[in-house]
Amino acid sequence: MDPKDYRFTKEHEWVYVDGDVAVIGISDYAAGELGDIVYVELPEKGSKIKQMDPIGTIEAVKTVADLYSPVSGEVIEVNEEIVEHPEMVNGSPYEDGWFIKVKIEDPGELDVLFSYDEYQDYLGEQESEEEEGSEEEEE
Amino acid sequence: MGEKKTPLYNTHVERGAKMVEFAGFKMPVVYTSIVTEHNTVRNKVGLFDVSHMGELEITGARAAEFADYIVTNNVDRLEEGQICYTVACNENGKVLDDLLVYKFSDERVLLVVNASNTDKIYAHLLKEKWDDVDVANRTADVAQIAVQGPLSKELLLKIPFCSDVADRIETLKYYRFFAFHKDGKEVIVSRTGYTGELGFEIYLPAEFAVDLWNELLAGGAELGVEPIGLGARDTLRFEASLCLYGNELDEETSPLEAGLKWLVKLKKGDFLGRDALAREKEEGSKKTLTGFEIQGRQIARHHFKVKYEGRVVGEVTSGTFAPYLKKSLAMAYVESGLPADANGYAIEIRGKDIEAKRIALPFYKSRAAD
Repeated sequence: MDPKDYRFTKEHEWVYVDGDVAVIGISDYAAGELGDIVYVELPEKGSKIKQMDPIGTIEAVKTVADLYSPVSGEVIEVNEEIVEHPEMVNGSPYEDGWFIKVKIEDPGELDVLFSYDEYQDYLGEQESEEEEGSEEEEE
Repeated sequence: MGEKKTPLYNTHVERGAKMVEFAGFKMPVVYTSIVTEHNTVRNKVGLFDVSHMGELEITGARAAEFADYIVTNNVDRLEEGQICYTVACNENGKVLDDLLVYKFSDERVLLVVNASNTDKIYAHLLKEKWDDVDVANRTADVAQIAVQGPLSKELLLKIPFCSDVADRIETLKYYRFFAFHKDGKEVIVSRTGYTGELGFEIYLPAEFAVDLWNELLAGGAELGVEPIGLGARDTLRFEASLCLYGNELDEETSPLEAGLKWLVKLKKGDFLGRDALAREKEEGSKKTLTGFEIQGRQIARHHFKVKYEGRVVGEVTSGTFAPYLKKSLAMAYVESGLPADANGYAIEIRGKDIEAKRIALPFYKSRAAD
């Protein structure tokens, strides 16, 4: 698994497509920004989820974030390991720290997601906007 | 107005710290990970740049007496070279700030105040000031480095900066300080801290700060020293159940409510807020600061509602997953008179009532701290 083959959301989730199954996690940027993750709440196996609906919660020492699904479909597996050891998400966001596997309902939905390179560009834009924003606040 | 920088700003940036704005200063919030940094302080030793803290100096014939009027604790009874933790209250007995008072002599005391309150307390002192005392804001000239953790004393004893005062560090007692001169300038070393561990705080001229910081890092390499950001500073103080102004303390809260009645000396001479605090002591406080252990790993954060048998009885002031104790804990104000050490409580976390056990503070106490 190589993150260069993943697709990404604006909310910093990644999805790796293996046939009709999507493996979902959060990007290494997101894990770094959240800091030490201490709790994750995942949807139940068998539940039906919709693209970009909030489907879980990621709690870090300093902050909390929602988890959004990059695709619609049925949850076929959840990573119980990260429920027991949430720090795995920080340690290995692109592999051992995956969140759920979803049976993809509509492969067409993947087209609206970023490629790896597009996601990197998006992160660059976000950071420069943040800098501009903070300058404005100072004035 | 732009953000202020401490004399150590560049060293933080070069080390790759994540920098945030805090109380008008650009400060390091985390270098590697809050949990790692937290446990470095619990198990070894960590360095904190706390140069943003405010230093307000009172001098003059009645300096200590004036400080005694400003704060609730007994400054008059302090010996020279002794420190007290205290609060300064307004007339209503509510907390303007929590602070340390360093007594050099009856004619000179130093107040160390929260960065977020430096301007407020400085203005307060100028307003209340007596004719025969002077008040000066030394914040911009003074850097402060905290060295905290079980190996903190060992580290200080190793570095050249402290070589002339090693014996004084060796014997320095909890909440005591001494001053010495380096190149003709005053340096203060105190046995204080905000982590619940054995620790020291060093006040020094801003131009010495980078050299001392680098000596501490180099000298402490084999002890496992690491720089620690504000993130872990907060989780450390939280685990040790030390109040944070803006969370547990504010101008709506009295020290009696905050569990700080040991700081309120009603029998000493007159002081600001005394009448209101005497009345509160007589009538009883409306709310009480207490601890909670949350069932599971979710975090009860500032302003989350506390319920007892289904009824809202208070609000969380601070909460996190305590990195050393490995429990989800919260400090909260609840109505006075409810059962302590009891079940039946819940905290509302994102719309759900999560069971929480009310427990006594502090959550954590190191036997070596004092």
